Parts: sequence; C-alpha cells; structure tokens
Amino acid sequence: MVELSNEDVRKVASLARLKLSDAEIEHFAQQLGGVLQYVHVLDELDVSDIEPMAHAVDISNVLRDDETTPSLPREDALANAPKTDGRYFLVPQILENA
Amino acid sequence: MEYTTVIGLEVHVQLLTKSKLFCGCENLFNPDNPNVQTCPVCLGLPGALPVMNREAFRLSLKTSLALNLQIAQSSKWDRKQYYYPDLPKAYQISQYDLPYSSEGCVEITVPSTGKTRRVGLFRAHLEEDAGKNIHDESGRGGDSQVDLNRCGTPLLEIVSKPDIRSAEEARVFLEELRLLLWYIEVSDCNMQEGSLRCDANVNLHVQHNGETVATPIVEIKNLNSFRGVEAALEYEIRQQAKKFEADPEGYRIGKVPKATHGWNADRGVTFEQRGKEEAADYRYFPDPDLCPVTVSDDEIAEIRATLCEFPASRRHRYVSKLGLSDDVAGVIIDQGRRYADYFEAVASECGDGKQAANWMTQDVQRELNERKVEITEFSIPAAVLGTLLKQIVAGEITVKSGREVFIVLLTEGDDGSELETSRVNEIIAEKGLKVEQDTGKIESIIDTVVTRNEKAAEDVRAGKLQAVGPLIGQVMRELKGADASAVRQMIIDRLTK
Repeated sequence: MVELSNEDVRKVASLARLKLSDAEIEHFAQQLGGVLQYVHVLDELDVSDIEPMAHAVDISNVLRDDETTPSLPREDALANAPKTDGRYFLVPQILENA
Repeated sequence: MEYTTVIGLEVHVQLLTKSKLFCGCENLFNPDNPNVQTCPVCLGLPGALPVMNREAFRLSLKTSLALNLQIAQSSKWDRKQYYYPDLPKAYQISQYDLPYSSEGCVEITVPSTGKTRRVGLFRAHLEEDAGKNIHDESGRGGDSQVDLNRCGTPLLEIVSKPDIRSAEEARVFLEELRLLLWYIEVSDCNMQEGSLRCDANVNLHVQHNGETVATPIVEIKNLNSFRGVEAALEYEIRQQAKKFEADPEGYRIGKVPKATHGWNADRGVTFEQRGKEEAADYRYFPDPDLCPVTVSDDEIAEIRATLCEFPASRRHRYVSKLGLSDDVAGVIIDQGRRYADYFEAVASECGDGKQAANWMTQDVQRELNERKVEITEFSIPAAVLGTLLKQIVAGEITVKSGREVFIVLLTEGDDGSELETSRVNEIIAEKGLKVEQDTGKIESIIDTVVTRNEKAAEDVRAGKLQAVGPLIGQVMRELKGADASAVRQMIIDRLTK
C-alpha cells in the first residue's frame, strides 16, 4: 500500500501554485494515493537486467534544418493574454526589491 | 584573517542560429518590437511539438570541442519545471543527467600574477532561453511586461568547477571564454544584448583555530558585464569576510542557507533576492516530446575540422613569432577574428609584424572608428595595405609618404574603387614619393641649399645643430621622397667634416 501524506499533497499543490482547503488535501491524498498504488503494480516486474530508456519510442536524431518560418502576428500571440497593453503580456509585479 | 576564495561560474551563451531551438521563429535580438517572434511552440500552446534545430546542436558540439569537453555519444532533454512569467510552458527544456558534454577546461593567464591557470569545466548543455520580464521601476508596484521574443532561443549553459580563486580570475576566465566563443563563431557574445550572461557562486575557505571552515555559498545572478563580475565578486568576498569575522561559529556553510543575490551596478552592492529559487524543486523528467540525439566519431571529426586557431594560441604566436608586445598582441586579438585575420594578411605581405601592428592599431583603427565600421567593411584590402607597408619596410618610401598613399587609397576605396595591389606603386609614382636613392643627386641639392643659406651653414659649422632644421626643410622640398633623418645626417657631414 502506497501512502501519500497530506504534507506531500500540500507540497505538490504549492509547487503547482494551487491553493487547497484541508478537506481537499484530505480528498486528493486519497485519490492520488490510489493512482500511485495502481502504478505501483509495475514494481512486481524484475527490471534489474533491463537498460533504462530515455524515451518510450526507440528513435533518435529527429532534427530540423535551421530555417525560419513565419511567426504569429503580435495580436494573435497576445490574443489569450489575461492582461496586455497591446505590445506586452502584463503580469502582476514580479520582484519586490529589484 | 587567512582565507582562500572559491568561485565557480555558470555562463549562459546564446547560439548564432537563424531560427530558435525548437521552432522556426527568428532568433533575433529585437527589444523594440516585443512579441513578434513567437509561435504555438515557443508560446507553449496546447498540442504544439518541439523539433530540435540541427545547427544549434552542431554549434554546441563545436563549442565543446573548443572547451576540451568530452562529448557524450547519446544525450537527452529533460523538463525543468518552475512557474515564472517568462516561461509560458511552465517548464524549460534543458538537460539534466545526460548532458551532451562534460569534463573540460579553459586555460587563462592572470595579468596581476602573470601565471597561467587551468579552470576546469563540469559540463556544457543545450537548453532553451526564457523570455524577458521588464519590471516597473517607478516603485509603485505596476505590472511587469513580458516579451517572449527570446523564449526558445538556443542557449548553452557552461558550468565551471570551483577552480577560480579571485574576482580578477573570474573576469579573466569570462573574457577568455567570450573571446574563444566569438572566434569560433558560435555566438556574438554581446553582453549588452544579453547573448552572454553569467551567474557566480562564491564562498571563502577560512583558516580558523587550526581548521578550515567554509562560509555559506552565495550565488550572484545575472552579471552582464566583465566589470560587473569582478566588482560584484569583490564586494561579496568582502561581505563574507566581514560576516565571518563577526560570527565565526554561526556564519558557516550548512548553518546558513545558500543565498541568491542580485547585483546593483549603480550602487556597487549585492542584494538579497527573493525569487523563483525559494522552493527550488524542479522535478526534472525526460521530455517525451523530444528524442535522444546521438553523435558519431565522424561527425565530431567533421566539426573539429571547422575550428579555427584559438585566440590564446594566436596571441602567443604574435608575441613569439611576430615580435609584438603582449599588450599590442592583446589589443589586436581583442578586436575579433576578422580583424586578426586582416592583420595577419598585412603582416605576411609586408614581412614586418610590428610595422603591420602599428598601422592596425593607429591608422586603420582610427579610420574604422571614424567611419564606425568593422574591418570586414574597410575599403582597403589587406593585400593592398600589405603592399604599401612593404614599400616602407624596404625603405622605398618614408612612413610620411606611406600615410599620404594610405589616404589616397582610402579615398579611392571609399569612392567604390576595387583597389588592386598595383595601385600602390602607381600612386607612389604619380606623386613622386619614391625615396631618392641617388646620393649624388641629393648631395648636389644640398650644395645648392647650403650656398643659398650661408648664415645657417655657418651656424651648423660652429656647432649649432638646431640651425640644420631649415636646411633640411629646403632640401626635402626639392626632393619629394626622401628620408629626413638621412638628409639631416648628410647635411651635417657635408658641413662639419
């Protein structure tokens, strides 16, 4: 049985910038614990003789030539911005003491 | 207080590709036109897939060869997760445990000690740059502006070992690294435009009551000038020494957490930075959108063949083979590879490195500055200047006449003429600048001048050598091309022997 503590959930939530209530933390600890437990089934396999893979598909060297293609017009790039001045994406102030 | 300074640098270099690392958007410094070089890939829109730029990887390999780094046969890319407004995907594609190269070194010569030191490198890896945040500086807490033009630009991260022992060494290391990368043409290394940026980690190993104890490591972020690197480190070293003296038991590594500082160049101080490092937990995992890249020995050999002679080796050769001083050699090298190429072509044509260096650092440099152009746009080809200097070296014309020919060449070149080497002798002939080698002719002119100026001649005979000046002037007027010091000697001989 894989246990996922409330503390683990709180940390993951804070890394993902999610604010969860205590009830939600309780709830997700159980749900995510269930997911982990399901994945845990894989531990039954003995993989000690198998070389780790860097990628799920066994291909390499997928490269493109260094050629430019048209970019999006600025208004399209900014179309979904929560806030913009027409030139930049605007976000709440970042550094407090820069 | 006795201590050793321990510094390691992390250098970020933008690569000179036409397009970005994972998409076809243009890789161009363009701050006046924000957010015009973006697409679904570099904006991190759902469903967009990155494809690696072949040229970016080739330039990375080239860099590693120049830095004596070992290249991995196979490497992969990972996602480094963090939230920051300049990173729309909320992860940066970088390399974690299998970078494409590791274990190299850069050799530096430290001016204050004259010593050569080898600075080890842990690794170099290829990643994408983030966008740029522009903060409201009014102090009223206004919104920050985000420009994503730079987002996804190919960026090399080069990480040094903690082998650097002073702020000066850190600056010299960075200067040498920049010069090298600029010469091999993998980056323009323009610090003002942010193509070369540096973070420094520094602490002190202090001798304290018979044991060595270390102060906490401080990371100084975003140093964007050589002077800034040196000044920020000097400041931080002084601060750490002070803090340790005030609290030798408490101000130690492990007891105080690692701090991240910024550098305020105007005030000359570092300041504690609150930033994304607060909860540094990047949860790296292999990026499933990208495949591993493998490199063969043949490819490495092919790229190695494209490397040019490195600046350090050139500098050494200019001193040992061409007889230049360390300073002059350094001045020429620092002007860049094309400038050094031009200098070498001139030196080889005229056969005199010092003469070539004089002209490069004075006449040529002055004209370049005046025209605000690079050597590649200079209107006198190296072979033509070399041919001119050859005449001076051979004593066929004087340096003064050489300057006259130089100005004519420059005017014609600027007017659009394709200058040929034969033009040099044509101008010398047209202007009658050839040094008069016929001493009989010079002597007969001296005789005429002396007869015309009995008073001055008497003074010279009486030992007043300053009186010889006007005589030289008159002789020189008659003879267009003559070596004034030789004429002076001939007049003195004529009058006093």
